[in-house]
Amino acid sequence: MFDLSFVWNGHSILFLILAVCVISGAVFMLNFSKIIHMVVSLAFTFVGLAGVYVLLEAEFVAAVQILVYAGAISILMIFGIMMTKHDELEESPRIQWKGVFAALGCVALFVAIFFAIRSTSFPTAPATGPLAEDNTLELGKQIFTAHVIPFELLSVLLTVAFIGAIVVAKHEDAEESEAVSSPSQKEAE
Amino acid sequence: MSSMLASYLTLAAILFCIGLYGVLTKRSAVIVLLSIELMLNAVNLNLIAFSKYGVVPSLKGQVFSLFNIAIAAAEVAVGIAILIALYRNRGTTNVDEFNELRN
Repeated sequence: MFDLSFVWNGHSILFLILAVCVISGAVFMLNFSKIIHMVVSLAFTFVGLAGVYVLLEAEFVAAVQILVYAGAISILMIFGIMMTKHDELEESPRIQWKGVFAALGCVALFVAIFFAIRSTSFPTAPATGPLAEDNTLELGKQIFTAHVIPFELLSVLLTVAFIGAIVVAKHEDAEESEAVSSPSQKEAE
Repeated sequence: MSSMLASYLTLAAILFCIGLYGVLTKRSAVIVLLSIELMLNAVNLNLIAFSKYGVVPSLKGQVFSLFNIAIAAAEVAVGIAILIALYRNRGTTNVDEFNELRN
């Protein structure tokens, strides 16, 4: 029905090591009980994914991945944790049927995707050399010629999103912020 | 060549399913946002794998994944901002308790 053949060479061994790093980071994210450990573990996953991108000849995307995900997004998440209060224990001890059903659904989805991938024969490209001599140079040419309109739209979207984030997150008024600065009191009312 | 593509797609599928499980079961809103990031990363991995091993290898998949990363950054910023505003009003970050539309 499908072949599970796996070619052993340098590329595939490197891929296996990186895949183990990525998946173990993600699984530890699910299993740690402290939220700050979860974020650090997921940062490890993002760094491993950057390694996979390097394997796929996407060096610039790997650099952006480390800068944006492992740097900015992880720090932003840690700020979000520091600015909110968390009950340290994420899991509740009793068995949750919701979790069991979610796990069953996810495993079923994975099995479906896996069978779809393994039973499809992807047409192979004619063997060519590397994608680009200079990855960053070629990407820059692509972005600023063929994709310049999405690029400009993206800059507008980023501006709007960040201004919106500041407006949503900042305190409204001085006296109002005084009233809501202790949320536990507000909840107790 | 093609079996490496299948390996990359399988890795992306595993990541996507782990992210989906995290979104469905975790109770902290920060972790739910992180799991969504994991799913977006799985999509990026698919795009880059097809940009190398697809029928027509080209850099367009990498350009698309760069745009994707930028959109994800904007989404996380807005998500954290909404989370902080919700925390200020409700005093919790548990997603099970965000049910203001219920009554």
